[in-house]
Amino acid sequence: MNVRFLLNGEPQEVVAAPTVTLLDWLRTQAALTGTKEGCNEGDCGACTVMVTDRDGRLRALNACILLLPQLQGRAVRTVEGMAAPDGRLHPVQQAMIDHHGSQCGFCTPGFVVSMAVAHANGRQDHDDQLAGNLCRCTGYAPIIRAADAAATAPVPDWMRTDADRLADGFFAGPDMRTGAQAPAVSPTSGDELAAWYLAHPEATLIAGATDVGLWITKGLRELGPIAFLNQCDDLRGIRQLGDQLHIGAMTSIADLGAEMDQRHPAFAALIRRYGSAQVRAAATIGGNIANGSPIGDSAPALIALGARLHLRQGDTRRSMALEDFFLDYGKQDRRAGEFVEAISLPVQPDGLACYKLSKRFDQDISAVCGAFNITRVEGRVVTARIAFGGMAGTPRRAPALEAALVGQPWTESRVSEAAAALAQDFTPLSDMRASAGYRLRAAQGMLVRHYHETMGQAVDVRRVPA
Amino acid sequence: MSLSRPLPHDAAPLHVTGRAHYIDDIPTPSGCLHLAFGLSPIARGRITGMDLSAVRRAPGVVMVLTGADFDPIPDCAPAAHDEPLLSDGSLHYVGQPIFLVAATSHLAARHAVRLARIDTAEDAPILTIEDALAANSRFEDGPRIYSKGDIAAALAAAPHRIEGRIELGGQEHFYLEGQAALALPQDGGDMVIHASSQHPTEIQHKVADALGLPMHGVRVEVRRMGGGFGGKESQGNALAIACAVVAARTGRAVKMRYDRDDDFMITGKRHDIRIDYCAGFDETGRICAVDFTHYLRCGWSMDLSLPVADRAMLHADNAYELPAARITSHRLRTNHQSATAFRGFGGPQGMVGIERVMDHIAHHLGRDPLEIRRLNYYPEAQVARSEASGGSISEAKMAHAAPRPGVTPYGMEVRDFILQGLTARLAQSCDYAARRAEITRWNAENPILRRGIALSPVKFGISFTLTHLNQAGALVHVYQDGSIQMNHGGTEMGQGLFQKVAQVAAARFGVTPDRVRITATDTGKVPNTSATAASSGSDLNGMAVQIACDTIRDRIAAVVAPVLQADPAAVVFEAGMVRAGRAEMRFEEAVQRSYQARVSLSATGFYATPDIAWDRIAGQGRPFYYFAYGAACSEVVIDTLTGENRILRTDILHDAGASLNPALDIGQVEGGFVQGAGWLTTEELVWDARGRLRTHAPSTYKIPACSDRPPVFNVALWDQPNPAPTIYRSKAVGEPPFMLGISVFMALSAACAACGPGYPDLQAPATPEAILAAVDRARGRQP
Repeated sequence: MNVRFLLNGEPQEVVAAPTVTLLDWLRTQAALTGTKEGCNEGDCGACTVMVTDRDGRLRALNACILLLPQLQGRAVRTVEGMAAPDGRLHPVQQAMIDHHGSQCGFCTPGFVVSMAVAHANGRQDHDDQLAGNLCRCTGYAPIIRAADAAATAPVPDWMRTDADRLADGFFAGPDMRTGAQAPAVSPTSGDELAAWYLAHPEATLIAGATDVGLWITKGLRELGPIAFLNQCDDLRGIRQLGDQLHIGAMTSIADLGAEMDQRHPAFAALIRRYGSAQVRAAATIGGNIANGSPIGDSAPALIALGARLHLRQGDTRRSMALEDFFLDYGKQDRRAGEFVEAISLPVQPDGLACYKLSKRFDQDISAVCGAFNITRVEGRVVTARIAFGGMAGTPRRAPALEAALVGQPWTESRVSEAAAALAQDFTPLSDMRASAGYRLRAAQGMLVRHYHETMGQAVDVRRVPA
Repeated sequence: MSLSRPLPHDAAPLHVTGRAHYIDDIPTPSGCLHLAFGLSPIARGRITGMDLSAVRRAPGVVMVLTGADFDPIPDCAPAAHDEPLLSDGSLHYVGQPIFLVAATSHLAARHAVRLARIDTAEDAPILTIEDALAANSRFEDGPRIYSKGDIAAALAAAPHRIEGRIELGGQEHFYLEGQAALALPQDGGDMVIHASSQHPTEIQHKVADALGLPMHGVRVEVRRMGGGFGGKESQGNALAIACAVVAARTGRAVKMRYDRDDDFMITGKRHDIRIDYCAGFDETGRICAVDFTHYLRCGWSMDLSLPVADRAMLHADNAYELPAARITSHRLRTNHQSATAFRGFGGPQGMVGIERVMDHIAHHLGRDPLEIRRLNYYPEAQVARSEASGGSISEAKMAHAAPRPGVTPYGMEVRDFILQGLTARLAQSCDYAARRAEITRWNAENPILRRGIALSPVKFGISFTLTHLNQAGALVHVYQDGSIQMNHGGTEMGQGLFQKVAQVAAARFGVTPDRVRITATDTGKVPNTSATAASSGSDLNGMAVQIACDTIRDRIAAVVAPVLQADPAAVVFEAGMVRAGRAEMRFEEAVQRSYQARVSLSATGFYATPDIAWDRIAGQGRPFYYFAYGAACSEVVIDTLTGENRILRTDILHDAGASLNPALDIGQVEGGFVQGAGWLTTEELVWDARGRLRTHAPSTYKIPACSDRPPVFNVALWDQPNPAPTIYRSKAVGEPPFMLGISVFMALSAACAACGPGYPDLQAPATPEAILAAVDRARGRQP
């Protein structure tokens, strides 16, 4: 494919196979070795680059699972592009030196880029912004000192040039071209995608590539025909239609999180632990659902909120309750050539609680993820929608538990009794994340935690002041 | 003066701009080949058939080698000659290299590897401690035992006894830069190797052996590693050898780097360990006797397991004088990756054993664990400086006057013990007593969450226990313009060794550190080096550099003394000048005069640690030149419903002697602590019943992330110089802070203990699941 983008301020037109990662291209073709390969699966952040979108938004992304066609019409800055053209260091670079933020230095380029993106975006929630950058040497303390020290420095003017050039219509003109024989396309609308996918039902759809990227880098799979969805702007975005919140499939997890901050803060807090800043900026809600992972963190919360899934196959559309989409492990109710177009949520008063359990707080896959949407009137449970991830081969509701709660008084003893019903709902597995017994205990514990939280007790280790 | 200044790491400007080169960043000659290993799919058995035809046909493949292509198969082992580069037909762990692909790109090699068809006959693997004991599958003939006193009698006579068991998981190094090597063929069959290695001389030795060359035919260069932590002491041998043999066969440059998953599957990790303990003590908590049994799963080959297991035994006392002790150590051969060096080198495992005993005794007696710890400390050294002040620290004379030095279970007197004072100062600065009381109140008011606090000490022995390794060389050149080039046998893996040693060199010549150029470690410049390990880097290499500098300095002084109308002994080097009394000249001028006087401005330096002698079989002697100390107080909170947990605050006071560079030393303390806490909390290695490692990537193996560091994190350095005459009276600082992380584990134990009357018997790593089980035990429930 031919892909055009800005690289450290210089226009590039690259002819490459559609599954070439930006990281490999930078290191082997562009002689830019500052961007490092630490894990090749988007978990360590050593390959973090800065990407400016056409709307001027700045994102930190993992170059190891970012495919070149995803950059079409965008601007990329690597660590080599952080300093001014005359060599003046970016404030975060200088702060990293002054505060001893590098030891072995291998993670440092990724940190510098993540920090520069956060700096440009005015973000000072360093723990969240840097959760996707692993450092094995420093224990992070000096890196945070550096981030704090740089926070007050103005954003260097050379950090704004990419957005300006994109806004000036730098890439006006013909869009990404595909070679005659290339089995990869880049549709620009849902209609175009629907038509093409109907004709190529064996194709792989790539939205954020945070999962498909691993099929390439770790699975070494040949993908066959590919459609990159990043140009399908009409599939992106959140809007309220009547009493429904309509979430386009290409909406990034980061944007979903921002929306949920207002509507369902517990969901937003869960999303803050979904992957990392880099992953959330790339991953889409449609992708997270379509791949049907039993441990995807959005599904339990969405199911608890009563989400419906909207699918499209050619010109045929259908919708279903989200929980009905997940048939079995690795199996979804999706027909050939059919894709996730959107999710919708009933607008509702917030009563959602979400809990995620993992060995590490940040950027870890859930052992168990539970979402509780329980309404009560005069101390009695009226409705209960409760869903879990990590408890079965798919994200799933807990009907026995729901039934055990509805109509009962919301008291510690009744809640504890009801929790036992989870054993009817789930027979979890043991794996490297947790044992079956622990999963069941912890899921029950989550319900009890929810009860105590509604009673105003301290239940969150993260909220205990140091 | 360049010493003791908190200067940044010498490569920091390169790190932050992406211009620091690691192995995979070095520009390679055209035609460079790239390697990947095919790996054993089974834990134990043999290869019955191997069809590599599709591998050979794959795009970009230039060469495919198996064990049958060598006679003999090159060996990768650091000592025992038991690690063939490629399988000889027998298979010993899932992940063992069995064939080697050379291709035109890294990706092409990885793709080709997947096309192999390997047929195997599987034997029942030896995976558990029980499996290994039943099969008597072990290194050395039987367990090694160190003892002091009559353990049976002392235990029998003790008023109280506890028994218990703790299992500690291993730990993946997770250096951010994976293993990597590059071989460049030279004239006449010689080979140059660039390696990400803590041990260039061993790479040289093993590559020379593999190529049938004398060591002088191989030159190894290491500019920097992207992290090592012990994982690059021996584990890089295979890559360097593989590159060298393919380079020798093809005449092309050859590079190899492991994909992260391969790195996890192939390379060794920290030894996991089971410790059984039985301790006798009196009513006050004073220990009468402790009997430890260590079981270490060493993996398929010996690697460095014997000295690792020895060091675990040597730290079974930690900071405590044990009137009677016995440590029995089983080094078990199992069908796993060969466990290897990792920061602390067994010391952390041994140390957790005795800290667990302290915690258990305190629980048994209903006392504050810190009280029990302090009660059992070694006697404090009565250290006094004979000169009140003045003169550099290195010249201050130290006097020891311990009334009765403590004696370790291995017969070494502890003459430099400072933990009584250090602990008192830390307990005060972190407000330990008041916070502990407040936590007790808080716990009584909170039904769901529990907090815990613990203060634990570290006493870590400094020196390689293989005594002959305690040597180092250096090479220093002063050029005509007064610039200085410095080289030594130590390698830079992020710890700031180069910067610290450059500060020493600058101090000796009285110039600013920017005048000193630090060059890559190179076996052609300084030969016969020891691994940069055992925290020894600046102790050994700093001394060697100082000696080399002083040789040159003396020569310059002899040249300029007549000009300055002074005795050479009166010539001093300071502030960029060479001075005698009031006469002085610029350093550059003194150098120029020396050059014109036809005096050599290049010198080697050599240092060997004095006063150490150790018999590892008898378990008697003085293995360590001195001890490094520290203490940490950590506070945690747990959720009793799920086991979720968090560190709330950590305060550390650590002994780096008279620090050569306090910023770099604090960096080691902070980083070591977090890495140690990670080992005992989130980092869990899981092998399945067939011996397959299931946690082989950062998606499943969780090292601490940013938010896992303590939100309140106070770190300070103890302010006393090393009584032993080390380089400027500094102390080694690489490994000891790792064990400060034990305070987190002990705080978690305290939080679990706050849930009920039972002893929580917390196991490591303390994942949420392990914590929930410990809460159950405290409450008297079966987990």
